[in-house]
Amino acid sequence: MILDALMNVLVQNALITAFVFVGVLVWLSYAISNKLTKGHIHGSAIAITLGLILAYIGGSVTGGDQGIADFSVLAGVGIMGGAMFRDFAIVATAFGARLSALKSAGVIGAASVVIGVVLSFVVGAVVAISFGYDDPVSISTIGAGAATYIVGPVTGTALGADTDVIALSVAAGLTKSVLVMVGTPFIAHRVGLNSPHSALIYGGLMGTTSGVAGGLAATDPKLVPYGAMTATFYTGVGCLLAPSALFLIVRALV
Amino acid sequence: MVIYGVALLSFCMLVGMYLGDMLGSLIGVQANVGGVGIAMLLLIVLANVKRKGFQIGAVTEKGIHFWSAMYIPIVVAMAAKQNVIAALSSGWVAIVAGVAAVVISFGFIPVLDRMHIGKEHDS
Repeated sequence: MILDALMNVLVQNALITAFVFVGVLVWLSYAISNKLTKGHIHGSAIAITLGLILAYIGGSVTGGDQGIADFSVLAGVGIMGGAMFRDFAIVATAFGARLSALKSAGVIGAASVVIGVVLSFVVGAVVAISFGYDDPVSISTIGAGAATYIVGPVTGTALGADTDVIALSVAAGLTKSVLVMVGTPFIAHRVGLNSPHSALIYGGLMGTTSGVAGGLAATDPKLVPYGAMTATFYTGVGCLLAPSALFLIVRALV
Repeated sequence: MVIYGVALLSFCMLVGMYLGDMLGSLIGVQANVGGVGIAMLLLIVLANVKRKGFQIGAVTEKGIHFWSAMYIPIVVAMAAKQNVIAALSSGWVAIVAGVAAVVISFGFIPVLDRMHIGKEHDS
């Protein structure tokens, strides 16, 4: 009875419940960062990693595809972490970005997006071939999935790939985005990811909006607008190139 | 008023998303092309407009800064709703392809960064 009433309140006010849940998660993460790592690992990096672990637990307990948000009590986390609020917050970070740094995004930004799409596609295609895939449609679909988890299914659907290959391409894109979120803060200093210029390139090369958003949040939030600016063009360019030019090249080579 | 800032931010996002969708269908892909990027540019341009009758005041700014500050919590929520299971349980080809793409892309950051294309002259 008491528990039922509580559950009702939490479910009916899902988004508010999510604010409390994420607030506690972030607080816990910063406490871990300060006490256990003496601030060496940034609190937001820990929070994102904890979020991913919870998503894994949520997925394995409920069997759904929305991570922790598949628990009805935590459905609000799905709204809060959905594309609408994510994009809204990304746009907000642009307030205060330096216009001069973004103006210079033109050439290097466009170059890094195209190089990023081709690079990921080629890597994914080579991996697919080394795992024994030999038809151009499957190779291209998995290659496209290594770009982002949207480019993969869009390409696979356009080319008429098998559903299990399309599922693989989605999984490849998800793996990429999870790894970019978790890995960026650890690799940032080694690849010189410390300026608006390098963040523009990073966004263009990685391309996964969620990955870039999470990766930069955990590295240096000031770089978010620059990385997000180029990343936002990546999926579109990928959907343009993968089922057309890149597929034709694969078909000619295989 | 705070709502002016929130409304301006929302307006920028809607315009950006709309143009991104249009751009996508113009080049014939089923995806939004650069919607968020266009929205960001619009916000920056509007923020720098200094005209009589249109000036972003300190209170209006609060409406934008709040959402900017909510960025990390929102990203944490985004992480918590990812389909991590699908990423890790679909077989090795997906994991290897994803990991290899990330590693090699990371490796290209310093290569492109050193090429100084379009880098600001003062830095």
